[in-house]
Order: sequence, then structure tokens, then C-alpha cells
Amino acid sequence: MRQKATPLRQMVTPFLVVCVATLIATAARASPSMKHAPPAEKTKEELFEARPPPFSDGIFPCMDCHKDQKDRNRRELGFHDEQQSVFDHDAEHRWCLDCHDYENRNVLRLASGATVPFTESYRLCGQCHGDKFRDWKAGIHGKRVGNWDGAKTYLLCVSCHNPHSPSFKGVKEIVVDGKVTIAPTLQKLKPEPRPHRPEEMRDGKRAQEFGR
Amino acid sequence: MSARKGLNVLQGAGVDPLGDGPADASRRAFMRTAAAGAAVSALAGCGVDLGEFLRGHFKELSKDDLAKVLAKVEKRNKERFGRDTKVTAEGPRPGVEFGYGLDISRCVGCRRCVYACVKENNQSPEQPQIHLIRVLEMDKEQGVDLAHSELYYDADAVPRPGKFYFPVQCQQCRNPPCVKTCPTQATWKERDGIVVIDYDWCIGCRCCMSACPYGARHFNWGDPKLPAEELNPNQHYLGNRPRPKGVVEKCTFCIQRTRNGRYPACVEICPVGARKFGNLLDPESEIRKVMETKRVFVFKEELATHPQFYYFYAT
Repeated sequence: MRQKATPLRQMVTPFLVVCVATLIATAARASPSMKHAPPAEKTKEELFEARPPPFSDGIFPCMDCHKDQKDRNRRELGFHDEQQSVFDHDAEHRWCLDCHDYENRNVLRLASGATVPFTESYRLCGQCHGDKFRDWKAGIHGKRVGNWDGAKTYLLCVSCHNPHSPSFKGVKEIVVDGKVTIAPTLQKLKPEPRPHRPEEMRDGKRAQEFGR
Repeated sequence: MSARKGLNVLQGAGVDPLGDGPADASRRAFMRTAAAGAAVSALAGCGVDLGEFLRGHFKELSKDDLAKVLAKVEKRNKERFGRDTKVTAEGPRPGVEFGYGLDISRCVGCRRCVYACVKENNQSPEQPQIHLIRVLEMDKEQGVDLAHSELYYDADAVPRPGKFYFPVQCQQCRNPPCVKTCPTQATWKERDGIVVIDYDWCIGCRCCMSACPYGARHFNWGDPKLPAEELNPNQHYLGNRPRPKGVVEKCTFCIQRTRNGRYPACVEICPVGARKFGNLLDPESEIRKVMETKRVFVFKEELATHPQFYYFYAT
């Protein structure tokens, strides 16, 4: 653009300079922002409409119990047995405060130190599992419900993967604060009944109808 | 009178040469009326609605005629189930071609889709039992091989070790053998890719079933036994309206949902998110992303049926 502007006649040059400056400014504003996000929120992460996180009964808000912060060193906990007993998320290297925020237990904490609410936990998971995060955003990994041509509701990563034991086993429907959502289980799914075999259909009621 | 002479006479008179000999015009007209009358009374005796019997093909119906046909289906539903239903005939949208993706690296074979489909599409749950989705259990060692597949697997927990699962339903072929074989044009492919059946035009010859290489078409051998309280009242004429005995039915990508922008029932129920659905003409749709970034294949590619149903591995 600048190359174009410099050799032109003197009369036009000031006008062109203004034009070019405007163009550059517009481009600079447009390029880093998200496609749908308003300009004011351009630095904010893209947000996704998702089902609520599947908290166990009475576990949230965490600050109800964690009022006094004590020790931030890695250790075996004397509580949260239900998580400790199943913990299998790179257990050798990870522990609670890698993901949970020390100061405010009601939120999670990114590697950058920024906090994220539990409703946006995908941003935390996406730090390490970038390929899955990319696929999840595009609708390939995980599940969305709603409209193929319109509004969709995502399921969070933690709706299917227990964050403390993440390999997929099974899921069940639960109700959190009156809203239906999905929670991971530690058991595999039981399949629905198998279809009838043709001979079973023949030998049943239908056979009587034909007088066999 | 010899046959040849009779033929000459008829040709001279401009009458159909294959008629059965000369007859005076008034007698012929009488015979025709009598035959038509006999046919009408025979049809009435069978409980067939004459207007329905003589109506045009679905694709040729005028707006008014279509409204009448839909009203008649609603009336029939009311008589059969005692419930009010909404039957539409929403057409394909321009610029939309449906594509379906199934991630066989994720499917665990839980059969939730099978029963969600039964519920959504008003299938007969028992005697006759009709399932439009069939989940096959296959050996990981053998790969996708129908000779090593099991439809009737029973398990306490899935997936079973060493097995993977391969659900099969209508593949909505671009080159559908079922459509080619139908003698009454009761089945055809719509512009958005869905292969549909007009159950009022299906004569139940089952040619389409023998032509389909995927076993995706199913015949109502008996009167569907659908409990009234389980009836899904949101219906599409070419989709989930209750079928009578003696017609063929198939998966329509839940036409009553997808034509209104919603996901099919099997996509919404799948607990592992293995099922993907969207518009193949929209580069932002999930099915396009799947096709651009994952390993995709179609089932029985060698038959050149060109399905709009794709299997893929996301891992």
C-alpha cells in the first residue's frame, strides 16, 4: 500500500496518506479479533454455550469448606478420598493445585495464572489437549445438541471425562440445580437389549396369528 | 367372424385393435361403467378410500391436494391412536445437502441410538420389531468385515475387549439401487439427499429391500403395534407418520427434525458423541470439518452407491 502512495502526484498524496492510514488502522483492529466477538472483547477467549458442569451433590461452592488456606505444597490429602482413590490423570506429575486455584477454590487456574470458572473448564483442558480442543470446538470431538444449522449446546470435556480419571468409561444423566446434564461414571455402559432374532418373531404372537 | 377380419374392421373404425371383438358403442360404454362400478364397490369392500386410491403422485400434488392428503393422515392418526398429531410435508431447503458422519473409533455399541430411533420414528417396538439402525459388533483383528460381525451380541458392559462397533442404517446413496428398482416410484431421492418413501404408494413388493446392499429397508410384516402414549405427534408425511401393515420403511435422517434445523434423534442420544450431522455444502459444518481433517470411508464403496453417510476415525 505504501509503495502505491509514494510516487503519486503531490496533490493526491495527502489524501492517499489519510486513506492508507485508515486502512491500516482498520486492518490492525480487525485481524486479531474473533470472527463473531464484538471489538471490545477481542482479547477474550471464545466462549461456548455448554451444559452445566456435573458437580457431585453439595460439593460446590468449594469455598464453603476451604475457607482457610493452609499449605500449598504438593502432598497426599487427608480428605477428598473420592478423588484421591481414582486419581489417574498423569498422577506422577500432577496434583490438585495444578488445575484448582489456591486463592479462590471456586475457580480453576490456567498455567498463565489466569483463573477460569468451572463453566469454562474447556479452556483449562485445552492447554494440554490442544488437538482435542480444536476438534471439540469444530464439533468433531465430543457432542453438541440443538440445531445443525443454528444454536448448539456443547457438552463440557468433564461431562464425559472425569477430570481426575479421564479415560472414557461411561456417562449418566444427572440434574444439577434443576438442569439436566451429563456426568461421567467409573463404570462402562450397559448396552440396550439386543434385537429379536427372526425366529423369535416367528415363534411369538405372529405364529399364533397365522395358526401355526 | 375370423380374428383377422375382426381386426381389420376395428382398425378401420379407429378402435383399439386389442379389444375383444366388435361391439356397438353403447354396449362398450355400459361395460366400462359397470366395470368401474364393480371396482369401486370392490375397493370400498376392502376399506380403501377411493380419493386416496386415485390421487396423483406425491411430487405432482398441488398445494390444496397436499393439504387434503395431510389432513387425511391426521384424521387417520386420530382414529387409530385417539390423539392429535401434526403432520407436515416440509420440503428440502435450497443449498442444503445432508451428510452424516459416524466415528467408529468412538462408538461403544450401547444401542442407545437404536431405541431413540424407534421412539422418534414411531416404529413398532415389538411383534413386529423394527429397528432402522443395526449395530454390528466386529473383531478388531478382522477390521470392517461383515463375515465377522454379530448383530445379536449381549454384554453386561461395552465396549468388549477386542471388539469394535459398526452401526448401519440407510446410507442415503447418491446412486440408490432401491429407487431404481421400485416399480411404482413410491421411493425417491429428495434434493437434500434424503431417500424417502410414500407409504401410500408402496405396494409392499420388497424389491427395494433386495436391492439395498446395506439391509437398511424394513418391511411391516404385521400391523405395527405402537402404543398410543408412545406416539410422537410431530410427524412428516415422508418420515415418521405411523405406517400401515405391508409397507417398507427406512431411516430418513429424522426428516421431521432435520428439515426444521434440528439434529437427528440418534445424534442427540449418542452418549459418546460418535454421530455427526450437517450440511455438506456449508464449509463450517461439522461434517465438512470431519471430511477435511479425518480418515473417512464409505461402506461397500466398490458398489458405487455413493453414500451420503460416512464412517470415520477421529483418532
